[in-house]
This record gives sequence, C-alpha cells and structure tokens, in this order.
Amino acid sequence: MADKNNWQQEAKRVATGIRFRVLDHTIRNNGGYLSQACSAAEILATLYTHIMKLGPSTAPMIPPPFQGVPNINNPEYTTGAGYNGPCTPDYDRFFLSPAHYALVLYTVLIETGRMAPEGLTQFNQDGSTVEMIGAEHSPGFEMMGGSLAQTLSQAGGIALARILRNQKGRIWVFMSDGEFQEGQVWEAFQTLAHYGIDNLSVFVDVNGQQCDGEVKNVMGIEPLEQRLRAFGAFVLKADGHDPDALCTAAAADHADRPLVVLCYTDSCRGVPLLEQRRPLLHYVRFKNEAERREYATFLQKHMPDQQTP
Amino acid sequence: MLARVHEHNLVKWAKDRPQIVVFSADLTRSTEIGLFAEKFPDRFFSMGVAEQNMLSFAAGMAREGFIPFVHTFAVFIYRQALNQIISSIAYSNLPVKMFGFLPGLTTPGGATHQAIEDVAVMRSIPNMVIFEPGDATEIESVLDAVVNTKGPVYLRMLRGEVPRLFPKNKPFIPDKARQLSKGDDLTLLSSGICTQEAMKATAVLRNKGVTINHLQISTLKPFTDPAVLAAISAPRCGVITMENHSIIGGLGSAAAELMAENAIPKRLVRIGLKDTFAHGGSRSYLMRYYGLDAFVLVEKIEGLLGEKLGITEDDLAAVRLESKKSQATEEDL
Repeated sequence: MADKNNWQQEAKRVATGIRFRVLDHTIRNNGGYLSQACSAAEILATLYTHIMKLGPSTAPMIPPPFQGVPNINNPEYTTGAGYNGPCTPDYDRFFLSPAHYALVLYTVLIETGRMAPEGLTQFNQDGSTVEMIGAEHSPGFEMMGGSLAQTLSQAGGIALARILRNQKGRIWVFMSDGEFQEGQVWEAFQTLAHYGIDNLSVFVDVNGQQCDGEVKNVMGIEPLEQRLRAFGAFVLKADGHDPDALCTAAAADHADRPLVVLCYTDSCRGVPLLEQRRPLLHYVRFKNEAERREYATFLQKHMPDQQTP
Repeated sequence: MLARVHEHNLVKWAKDRPQIVVFSADLTRSTEIGLFAEKFPDRFFSMGVAEQNMLSFAAGMAREGFIPFVHTFAVFIYRQALNQIISSIAYSNLPVKMFGFLPGLTTPGGATHQAIEDVAVMRSIPNMVIFEPGDATEIESVLDAVVNTKGPVYLRMLRGEVPRLFPKNKPFIPDKARQLSKGDDLTLLSSGICTQEAMKATAVLRNKGVTINHLQISTLKPFTDPAVLAAISAPRCGVITMENHSIIGGLGSAAAELMAENAIPKRLVRIGLKDTFAHGGSRSYLMRYYGLDAFVLVEKIEGLLGEKLGITEDDLAAVRLESKKSQATEEDL
C-alpha cells in the first residue's frame, strides 16, 4: 500500500504494474487494449493512490460471476462500484468513461489491492462480469459508458445531487480525448458550467489516438483547451506521465466550475515496440507468432521484477 | 373540458414529495411545468435544448435517490436521445420518468414534431413502462402509478384543454383496462385521444343495435391485463384497435401479439397511421385525413359486420360525451 512519505514512488510502482499486467495479458490472449495502458497508467495510478479519497473495497477480491442484468426480478443485482469503496457521502466517486479501458482499470484495482490478480483470468470469459468493454457490473464500474460520452452527463447528475444534499465527497471522471468528438460531451460541459458544478473534475487522456488512427486526422478536436474554457470549464494542462504534475492540477481551486485536467500522454510509453504500429494503436492484435514472441521477449527483459499473475 | 390539468395537478401532488425534481428542455410553458418552476424553483432544472445530456443527467440524479420528471415533447425524448434512454436509464432500471407531450397527431407542428412511432420504440426497450392517460381523470391520477413503478416510465401526455371522460373517483390503475361499454359483437381497444373518438362511435352504434366491448387502454407496457385477453377472445365479429400512432409497434401490434400467442382465431383491424408520416395541421383535420376518427371506426365496424348501418358524420358530431356523465359512471366497471 501507499507509502505516505513517498507517494510518487507508489504511484510509479502501480503504473509499472498496470503496463506489465496489460502487456502480459495482451501476449497471453494475443490481443488487448495495450496502448491505453501505456498512455493512462500514471493518470489512473495517481488518481487511485493519491488524488481520490476512496474507502477500502467492499466487493469480493474475486469478481462474482454474471448474476443477470438489472430489473425488478433481480433484487440481488449490484454494480461494480464496491471495488472503489463504500458509497457514502464523504467518500469520492470515480467514473471511467471510455469503457474499453476496462482492462486497464482492472489492473489498477489489482495493483491497489482491490481485486485479486486471479480476477483478470475471467477477462472476456463467458459468464463473467470482468467484461472486455466494462459494463455497470464490471469491477470498478458504476454505469454503462460503453457508447462513450454519456458518463460525464450522468456523473454531472450525481455531482448536482451531491451539491443539493451537501455531501462532501467529490466526483472524478476519466475520459479519453476521442470522446470530445461527441456532441453530448459539450452539452454536458455547458450544463456543468451553467449550474456551477465544482465538485466534479475530469482527467482526460489526451493521447491523440482513436480507433481509426490519429485524432487530428479522424476528426480534429483542437484547440481543446480553448474550447473547454469557452464552455466554462477551468482547464489545466499536465504531463500525463508525471504524478507530481497530475496531483498539483487536481488540487487547483476551481470554484463554481468543473476542473478539466488535459493529461498529455504517449500511447507507446513504456512499450516502445508499439511505435512500429503507429498510427493504428487502438487494439493490439499480433500479426504473427514472431511479433508476439518479440513482445514476450521485451516483457522478460524490461519488466523482470514483476510477479507473473 | 378542463384546462392545463397536469400543470395544476403536478404542483399539488409534488408539494410534499421533495425527491421529485422537474427537468425542462426549453419547453416549460408548453409542457405545463411553468407553475411548478414558479412554486418550487429549487426543484426545477432548466436543461436547455440538449436532450441527450438532459436524460443522462437525470439518470445521475436518479441514482442518488431523486425522481426526475423529464418534460419535453414526445419526439424529442425518444428520437433525440434513444441511446441515452437505453444506456443511461433503462439498462439500470433507474426511476427517470419521461413526460412526452403532443403525441401523434396532437401537435400542429408537422412531421418533425409528431411522435408516431414512440410506443413502438419504447415498447421494445427492456425495463420500460409506458402509460398513456386518456382524459383529465387519468392525468390527475397517473402520478402515483408513475412513482410506484420502480424503474423508468414513458408517458404520452395530453395538454391544454382535456376532456373528463371517466369518473373522477375511478383513478388510473396501471396495467388495468377501463371498460367503457359492454357487448358481444366486437371488441374495441382504444388509447389516448382515440378513446374519445371511439366513445362517439359506440354511443351511436348502440342505438343501431351493435354492441361493443370497449376497453380504454392506458398502460401500453406491460400489456398483461387478463381482462384484455378475455375481451379479445370473446367477440362474434372481431377485434379493432385504435391508436394515435403508427399501426406498427403500438397498441395494434400488442393486441396482435397477444392474439397470436393465445391462438385466438379472430379478425383484427388496426386503426392508426398506416405506415406513413403525417404533416402539419389541426388535430381534427389530421385525424380525418389519416383515418383515425369516429367515422373511420364506424366504416371499419361496418366492414367487420358485413352490413351498412346508415350512420352519418352528423350523427357522430351530435354526440356529447361529457354531458353523459351518468352513462360513463354506469358502465365503468
């Protein structure tokens, strides 16, 4: 667990663990959202180890199997929110918007002691809640974000409810830059600004990548910082791989408006082999056995201190 | 006729229910929530012309124990924000209540404003419950059923001048049809503004010796009232559905599904928009033009009976429903 005297070291340990586990998983499964781990590792590690005020997990270390979807005949149904600790007024809440980052989030939960490493063996298996695109019942999730753009609005509703009820706990939302092509995201920011919702902060993984390639070629979103300011957000920029910079940004005073931290990241950080695959980094599936072996060799050579799950 | 029934009823009903919050998409006066905004400004949220965000935002508040009453025109709910209804609200069975005004041909706003396939779309969404109040009594009494339903509810709401067709002491009951007349010749299922048209026709037909088992349907989903199954099993000449909606996917389809699944060998005639868009115009003009009025119902009934009854449009126009209160009370079972 976090060493209070050197939280940066702990955040870096978690970030390294995320990359290792996602790379290891990708090699074993011949596929995975590897570049998202490379870009988001420090952001999620810093949020979980230092920025967010989360209680200990209330969920089982091994995720339970699929128990059916929510409906009136399924009273036992629960979301995956318990992995982020108890949902009480003073604790923070976390919402991961791009649900295909699920693999990355699961490894964060493992590295922070909220889920057992064995939980990841259920990933994308039939009858499991550890789904490839995180659903509401998946560990660490609390809503359905899979179609993108909807999580911020829903989190906004929760933030407003918390303001109306004078609850101290804050709302943290993780987003990807590609989502800013969706109109609903801008509707959400206009509403957050209109109601002066300032108990909500958004960390954006600005990795410049999306499914079809580079964001700037698929559909440009720049100037993102100025656009968000124009929509009423308090915007800061940070090196998304620097825990100190992320922490400083998170602590900014942003009264009467939401905080957005644009975290500039590198989708190949820590796994330089990925450079050869640019510009298509969204989902890594090895072209052949030789390429897979190349990544396996890299893993052995550069992450030798990690425990194989 | 009563004016702005929902507007006054909502304020009275919500007074001591602090968990009720009202969302508006820039149609506050048009959806009869102006008085609520005035009386309870802390519980009224203007969300602008941004329906996708509004519905997801409402989902967030619903997760925290509030019960959002989202108000806008029916079309702007399900056409503008279907994915939000599904992913943010319905999947999680959250208590977001969607008040869709100006359903079907009740708007003069033309094709962009006419919700003609909303029941078809919403009926196919798991966890969704659909109510369509048919008169002032049902508007006044539907809100208890709305909040007693655990998950999402979509309502086709009437506004402005609304008739009182049903006795004030016979409230809306979810998934329970309201019998308006008895008979063996035909079974007639009607909903929304079509019920009023249907009542005109049944009153005239009764004088011609044609007896009709007429049920007003105010819950379109679930559709499990045993009285409806019994009614469609019984008639001599067939079943007619009448709705302010496309004949595809709404009340007519629900009846067809029920008949097919229960192997009921009866004719079914679906009155509604015949797989066509409409255009802008007055309600009476549109109902006439698209064949949703009492006269068309009489024609369809003549077709099923195989005989002409000699009923004129003047006969139908002469029927005054609200003045016949005693009759409604007598036959409302």
